[in-house]
Amino acid sequence: MSWLRRNLVVIAGLITLAFLILPNLVVLVFSFNKPKGRFNYAWQEFSLDAWRDPCGVADLCGSLALSLQIAAWATLGATVLGVMVAFALVRYRFRARSTVSALIFLPMAMPEVVMAASLLTLFLNMGVQLGFWTILIAHIMFCLSFVVTAVKARVMSMDPRLEQAAQDLYAGPVQTFLRVTLPIAAPGIAAGALLAFALSFDDFIITNFNAGSTVTFPMYVWGSAQRGTPVQINVIGTAMFAVAILLVLAGMLIGNRRKKQAR
Amino acid sequence: MTTTLTKPPGAAPAAPPPPRPRKPRGRFTPYWLLLPGILWLLVFFALPMVYQASTSVQTGSLEDGFQVTWHFATYWEALAEYWPQFLRSVLYAGAATVLCLALGYPLAYLIAFRAGRWRGVVLILVIAPFFTSFLIRTLAWKTILSDGGPVVSVLNSLHVLDVTSWLGLTQGDRLLATPLAVICGLTYNFLPFMILPLYTSLERIDGRLHAAAGDLYANPFTTFRKVTFPLSMPGVVSGTLLTFIPASGDYVNADLLGSTDTRMIGNVIQTQFLRILDYPTAAALSFILMAAILFIVTFYIRKSGTEDLV
Repeated sequence: MSWLRRNLVVIAGLITLAFLILPNLVVLVFSFNKPKGRFNYAWQEFSLDAWRDPCGVADLCGSLALSLQIAAWATLGATVLGVMVAFALVRYRFRARSTVSALIFLPMAMPEVVMAASLLTLFLNMGVQLGFWTILIAHIMFCLSFVVTAVKARVMSMDPRLEQAAQDLYAGPVQTFLRVTLPIAAPGIAAGALLAFALSFDDFIITNFNAGSTVTFPMYVWGSAQRGTPVQINVIGTAMFAVAILLVLAGMLIGNRRKKQAR
Repeated sequence: MTTTLTKPPGAAPAAPPPPRPRKPRGRFTPYWLLLPGILWLLVFFALPMVYQASTSVQTGSLEDGFQVTWHFATYWEALAEYWPQFLRSVLYAGAATVLCLALGYPLAYLIAFRAGRWRGVVLILVIAPFFTSFLIRTLAWKTILSDGGPVVSVLNSLHVLDVTSWLGLTQGDRLLATPLAVICGLTYNFLPFMILPLYTSLERIDGRLHAAAGDLYANPFTTFRKVTFPLSMPGVVSGTLLTFIPASGDYVNADLLGSTDTRMIGNVIQTQFLRILDYPTAAALSFILMAAILFIVTFYIRKSGTEDLV
């Protein structure tokens, strides 16, 4: 009884963890399903068909490639702009600083649907053709704040004396930035870029409003919920999950090795 | 002539290098750094808000085009027609936020204090669901909650569904297409946004405070109530905001897991904008949602007294 009392929080936490992971397991299991009819919601029989032919459904892999492409460009754009803003915010005192901070914070405190709808009114009023470019513009817009936040946190915790030391050792501003500042800020920049990639790749609501007839991967999944869900969706979902887990594990291994070397 | 040349060899350089300015950066450097990013946000975030406000007071039709006529009545008409969806959004998002806090706190606590060497693994498992498209995972809930599925039969045999349908959360022996399914989906989708800030603020707590509370004869519950929970308030505040805000504007869960009776304000804005093409009404609704959220956020932050959200 006292064991139960001591470990109540552990049990509750593990239940939450199960709640979080259950859908991923369902996605995995149902990637081996052979559904009757168009929808893959009820278990029928085991089959490897979808894994043998992940691109077997029309437009699926095309939408995936488009999403990866948009995510890559959006990450690049948001990271470059975000790093510049973050450095300006941390390193300089200037007028309108609090206004800039508020402008960075607001997109994160706004329901996505509001940003999506208002951006659409802009594009409609300007007569802009909806498609790849409008999606990219929107993604850079909402990823920017997250990059700034991630990079800012890292740069703020940086010891400014390191840069002063570099300058005392006759490093020019460019050299100081490239050889001291950037390597120290790199984990923050990497975290921001990864977040931007994940957000852009998985974004649905803002894309739904500003895509026109362009179909990204989330748009494809959304459409399939109406038309019929091919098993291949689960295959791609599971593969994405596996790749990401492998990347995280690889990152951890490298990090551990670095730590050991540093010792 | 030049004394410096006749200096005895081996002596330390007499004159220190000319003092270079510590920060040889120009006055305008911060502005150049800010310019592209801020311009992007001004044009594609702030300006659209202005356009949205303008659209909401326009009248006209798709064929003849829309004109600004300062027709503020759109706001009243929109509120009069769609107040149930607004109310529903607040209720569903509120319920999901409370559930997220109740489910997320033990897990955040577990990671911060009890996981030991499993901490990294559990943290990865919390973030891992993000790696699969959230739409695919939301569709998986359709399978989990399906009629006659294991969840429904267990809840049915425990008579839980009787209670929930008495509360109006479910209908008969169904879970899908009910408010409960939508709340469940919202809770699931935004749970990591609750857990991560909670974990961050719990992790900062000095473990010796717990020991001190124990030394002062506080039992574990009192320690939690008087020490741990108050110190984790920043996490609670940012977690609830990060859950409530996106949940209140969400339309994916209500669409995939709900029915026409569970439509939230996001659903209305989406249909008005993308299917009915009644732009003024849609813009007005979106504007009201934005104002409501800003009001709630400001009030909540003032009340809880934490400014350092992100």
